[in-house]
Amino acid sequence: MTEQEREVGKAYWAANLRLMMVCLTIWFVVSYGFGILLVDVLNNIEFGGFKLGFWFAQQGSIYTFVILIFIYAIQMNRIDRKFNVHED
Amino acid sequence: MDLQTLTYIIVGLSFALYIGIAIWSRAANTGEFYVAGKGVHPIANGMATAADWMSAASFISMAGLIAFLGYGGSVYLMGWTGGYVLLATLLAPYLRKYGKFTVPQFIGGRYYSKSASLVAIICLIFISFTYVAGQMRGVGIVFSRFLEVDIVTGLVVGMGVVFIYAVLGGMKGITYTQVAQYCVLIFAYTVPAVFIALQMTGEFMPQIAFGSTLTDGSGYMLERLNQVVTDLGFIEYTKGPKSTIDVFFITLALMVGTAGLPHVIVRFFTVPKVRDARSSAGWALVFIALLYTTAPAVGAMARMNLTDTIQTGQVGTVTGNIEYSKRPEWMKRWEPTGLLKFTDKNGDGRIQYYNDKNPTFAKNAEENYGWKGNELKVDRDIMVLANPEIAGLPDWVIALVAAGGIAAALSTAAGLLLVISAAISHDLLKGILVPNISEKSELLAGRMAAAVAICIAGYLGYNPPGFVAQVVAFAFGLAASSLFPAILMGIFSKRINREGAIAGMLVGLIFTMGYIIYFKGVFIEPMASNVPANWLFGISPEGIGGVGMILNFATAFLISSITKAPPQEVQDMVEEIRIPRGSGAATGH
Repeated sequence: MTEQEREVGKAYWAANLRLMMVCLTIWFVVSYGFGILLVDVLNNIEFGGFKLGFWFAQQGSIYTFVILIFIYAIQMNRIDRKFNVHED
Repeated sequence: MDLQTLTYIIVGLSFALYIGIAIWSRAANTGEFYVAGKGVHPIANGMATAADWMSAASFISMAGLIAFLGYGGSVYLMGWTGGYVLLATLLAPYLRKYGKFTVPQFIGGRYYSKSASLVAIICLIFISFTYVAGQMRGVGIVFSRFLEVDIVTGLVVGMGVVFIYAVLGGMKGITYTQVAQYCVLIFAYTVPAVFIALQMTGEFMPQIAFGSTLTDGSGYMLERLNQVVTDLGFIEYTKGPKSTIDVFFITLALMVGTAGLPHVIVRFFTVPKVRDARSSAGWALVFIALLYTTAPAVGAMARMNLTDTIQTGQVGTVTGNIEYSKRPEWMKRWEPTGLLKFTDKNGDGRIQYYNDKNPTFAKNAEENYGWKGNELKVDRDIMVLANPEIAGLPDWVIALVAAGGIAAALSTAAGLLLVISAAISHDLLKGILVPNISEKSELLAGRMAAAVAICIAGYLGYNPPGFVAQVVAFAFGLAASSLFPAILMGIFSKRINREGAIAGMLVGLIFTMGYIIYFKGVFIEPMASNVPANWLFGISPEGIGGVGMILNFATAFLISSITKAPPQEVQDMVEEIRIPRGSGAATGH
């Protein structure tokens, strides 16, 4: 690995870690936050026949996880290309 | 045509399909055997991963657990899906880039140590056997109830089918069979759910139905459910009996455990590229979410149906409870299995189903209604299987559910057997004991290991040691406290060295194992009763893997900081796996 490649590698890794932290923060907030720690507070809000905290614990968190992974995958593909470390 | 013939036909057709696929896609070399030649499209791989992941526990038990736990069941929903976010962002792409066949190979390579690899092999084999025994049990239950054959015959048939496509086809055969199994199981799960949702609410999607109003005009389903269950002394459905800290840690242990399960991780070695590993985790979760968002609706609807069937009128009035002689057909059919049991404690010939563990309610019920204890025992495992019968759905739906349950159990069992066989032939034999084994002998050893593992699994399924139920907590706890941290630190830190990783894995493993054995008594008698008052910080054995993981991280950092840094070539390798480019040249050597 040349010195320049090493520098690019570092910058790429930093960008990756930033994106990862954003994703994991959202991951934590919807499940542990809305679904567990704040569940009683959110249960005071109702939409349709659902209490909001209960809905996050049994439905909302799962939908968020799915969307989150695809956003991560798409953004990572962009970052890969930006730093020219993508495959083929 | 009667139900049994129909079930035979549908289950038989599904078996023929699986075996056909296995023959068409059998493995020719070790690459195809272990990781399907790394040529599986991410969507197909996602579907296969979903079938691999969703076991008999997801298909048969989970909705039943949720039905009785209400909000408390959320730990399984969040725990068994949230792990995929960790897989996609923290593990899968890097392990794919590393480009080997197995998890112990990564740990052995990254920590430049055969001992580290050996610790990983031991964890892996223990986790996988625990799991596979549960699957075989599931196969047995489905066979004995729906095909009315003896449980041994059921197990032998199940083992035979898995043997054919796991041993012949290896990962390649398993992957394509699992795609078919996913289709069977998701269809079987959602069709009855849609029917029941329509019957109860007029809404067609179960995910929406359980937040809708009931067609009988009694208001929102969940509100009515809260009312109905509290009237019988149970805790509100949308609240749970567990403490917040316990819910938090169980969810954590299940999420991290999911990301650390070897048979799940290995799925991401089968895709062609690093970027496919990321999107494949997303696809896997899409297919899993289809079932996991339906399950809580199935649970709520099942609880509602069950309570309404038994409590036909006002609580406490004589005619409010159904007469035993007028019980519905499905109850009669399940009684011989012993999973549904009625004992007429107060001798009135009617079924009383209520929470007799609630002292105030039980006292009031005894004094004012003449109830002498809960009279109906319903095993949680029958809720999904009995659901179509409870809702009076046509016979073909019931037959389909049987085929779906078998598909869920077989697909998971096959994935686990492959991981066990790879650990023995590739990691233990080739990696440690006989490094110069030829590819042909290795493939043969892999097939033999799979065959032996199937026999052991079948035996465990027929003759479950008393602790099979308890050890599920073990599998997740161990994966969370041993394998996950070691892999994660191997990617995200260059400083963690051999000494730190081995010490961390051992501390996590021994602490978690010790805590579970202390309260649950696997092999020995429990040393303390398994009640919240005795737990450390109020965390149950199910959630202790989360604490074990934290201890593993702490130990590894501490030990690594006072010992020598890893050699330069290992640090270079870590930099290498962080970058996607150059992932093509993947090999087992």
